[in-house]
Amino acid sequence: MYYDGEEEMMQKQILMGMNGDEAVAYATKQVNPDVVAAYPITPQTIIVERFSEYVADGLVDTEFVAVESEHSALSNCIGAAAAGARAFTATAANGLALMWEMTYIAASLRLPIVMAIVNRALSGPINIHNDHSDSMGARDSGWIQIYCENSQEVYDACIAAWRMGEHPDVQLPVMVCLDGFTLSHTMENVLTIPDEEVREFIGERKFITVRGHMGETEFRLNPEIPLTMGPLDLQDFYFEHKLQQVEAMRLALKAIPEVDAEYAKISGRRYGMLHPYRMEDAEVAIIGMGSTMGTVMHMVDELRAEGVKAGMIKMRVFRPFPTEELIDIIGDVPVVGVLDKAASFGAPGGPLYEEIKTTFYDEAKRPLVADFIYGLGGRDASPTLIKGVYKSLEEISSKGEVAEKVSYVGVRG
Amino acid sequence: MSDLTLREAAKKPDLIAPGHRLCAGCDETLIARMVLKAARGPIMATSATGCLEVATTIFPYTAWNIPWIHSAFENAAATASGIEAAWQAMRKKGKGPLAKYETLDVVAFAGDGGTYDIGIQALSGALERGHDFTYVLIDNEAYMNTGIQRSGGTPHAASTTTSPAGHVIPGKREWKKPIAEIVIAHEIPYVATLNAAWPMDVMRKARSAFEVKGPAFLHAIVPCARGWRYPPEKTIEVSRLATQTCLFPLYECRLEEGRPVYQLSAASAAIARRPQSKKSVEEYLSMQGRFRHLFRPERRDDIIDRIQAWVDHRWKLLLEKVGQ
Repeated sequence: MYYDGEEEMMQKQILMGMNGDEAVAYATKQVNPDVVAAYPITPQTIIVERFSEYVADGLVDTEFVAVESEHSALSNCIGAAAAGARAFTATAANGLALMWEMTYIAASLRLPIVMAIVNRALSGPINIHNDHSDSMGARDSGWIQIYCENSQEVYDACIAAWRMGEHPDVQLPVMVCLDGFTLSHTMENVLTIPDEEVREFIGERKFITVRGHMGETEFRLNPEIPLTMGPLDLQDFYFEHKLQQVEAMRLALKAIPEVDAEYAKISGRRYGMLHPYRMEDAEVAIIGMGSTMGTVMHMVDELRAEGVKAGMIKMRVFRPFPTEELIDIIGDVPVVGVLDKAASFGAPGGPLYEEIKTTFYDEAKRPLVADFIYGLGGRDASPTLIKGVYKSLEEISSKGEVAEKVSYVGVRG
Repeated sequence: MSDLTLREAAKKPDLIAPGHRLCAGCDETLIARMVLKAARGPIMATSATGCLEVATTIFPYTAWNIPWIHSAFENAAATASGIEAAWQAMRKKGKGPLAKYETLDVVAFAGDGGTYDIGIQALSGALERGHDFTYVLIDNEAYMNTGIQRSGGTPHAASTTTSPAGHVIPGKREWKKPIAEIVIAHEIPYVATLNAAWPMDVMRKARSAFEVKGPAFLHAIVPCARGWRYPPEKTIEVSRLATQTCLFPLYECRLEEGRPVYQLSAASAAIARRPQSKKSVEEYLSMQGRFRHLFRPERRDDIIDRIQAWVDHRWKLLLEKVGQ
């Protein structure tokens, strides 16, 4: 079971009972960022409550800035990160919506801020439960987006995210997304790495060098060699700068697996952009994100026992979108169902569905794809519901066509 | 207390270079340059979206000889508080690129729109949290960068593109929001008003703002030739009149033993000593096209008198506060 040295590595880890919020806070405590700025918009999470306890008890030497709005939370992180600090914030639903303007600005300023998103339904009507409408609204903002299945993944991502965002080829902010309540408020076992190993892995923030108007300088606000950050950028240069963001995301496709591989060396947990399960000979497969994928995995085993060749893919990294890897993994699987936990009103389908369809449009070999929008506003995604989705996929398989491209499952009327 | 002398200020290089694209006669860089001359050492600035930001930084050019960042319109105070928090954290940890600086003058520049209106929440929050930074309100009394729309800082009866002087409504109906009083109510250590017609006063106040521990707020009146509609060479004349009429008195307010202690600056103190030297608002209003409808096609004494009465009232309130 263990390879050389792994057993020792696992023995050093401490098993803790934590919910997703606590996993974020604990990982961030170990990282000990310079600045944490946060605001408790409804719905609030306990991430920053727990973190402020660490501050109050002197367990971190972070400047905790209890700002007056989510907009200011991210603005504060932008100022701090530009000044060379490691800056962290956390939010959910409407808080992220209020930050919307600043999410684009943080990414375009190329500031490797880390933000935990407790995924919850956007108002209105006001809800507080889980779906992905909040972070899907930020998918085009230029942030790396990681979706977690359980609190262990949350903990690990909240450490690895710093290295991904700060990677010299990347220099982008990172959202670590965890499902509201399902993860944020549910106690789970989480294996934690010793503080010193986390700090060694994280190291000090390194800066890329840029050519400024006063000469070569580190990319930060430096009193000795000043830089102008966030200038007016018109039609003669804006587009080139946008292209640099496109390129950074492309390079992140390579950098993220590198960081994951390094993280595996200290944690024993190896993450991918995508996690396939029993896909090799699958005839029907589901792709989706977040906590639901645990239920889907369970259903795959159950269906396999019944003789159904079911498989699944958990999408961990949604931005950058791992197109090539996805094509490889889906391979010859003839029918794919997409689980979308967000609706896109007036669009051809949910956000993940559209990406999957686009991915395969140019492929000679492409699966039949159907979209299943589910779980809005925290509607339960039960094993029965997932089983129903597989049943629909089997019907598509036997008919050889997708009768209903987009279905809304688990909803009345 | 401040020991900045004219000799010292004159020797310091300008931290905003010439060649920027602000309009002829613009008062904004005058104020910004004077404020920056008062810096004690390492300095970082942030600007809200506005004239000063767009005209000094069109990529790939910049006029800023100091580290400078712009992120958005409503968040200059929040961005500045992030810079300050980064410095505090690095000082505490004893590591990081800013750890070595014993002082760091963090300055936020924002216009009236970015302060009275959309930025007041971020400003109030940053003041309440007590960050050690200096907020400079460059008040040209309307959204000049976007085309002269009215703001909470626009004076009564001024004609702007969203409060135009029409046949029925004679310009802005509301009064200028008392922003300095709102800030003083936050019980921060230092608040002062600035007028570029008195450069040493500007620089000394800026030095005081940098020296106090905690938030400082500098409110500068910044005439705008384009928006106020006067010839660009008259900027300082108009600016001086704002203080000489007591429309924009010059004063400082320090928090001493939990009490706001007001002190008139020389220009306004002279008027307090010799009330007959106070000029009439008409002299100020009649110089500016934004108030032209108060004089032509027919004279609107009712409005001019109303403005004079408002100025007299507010001047009296200020004199009460300074104990006169």
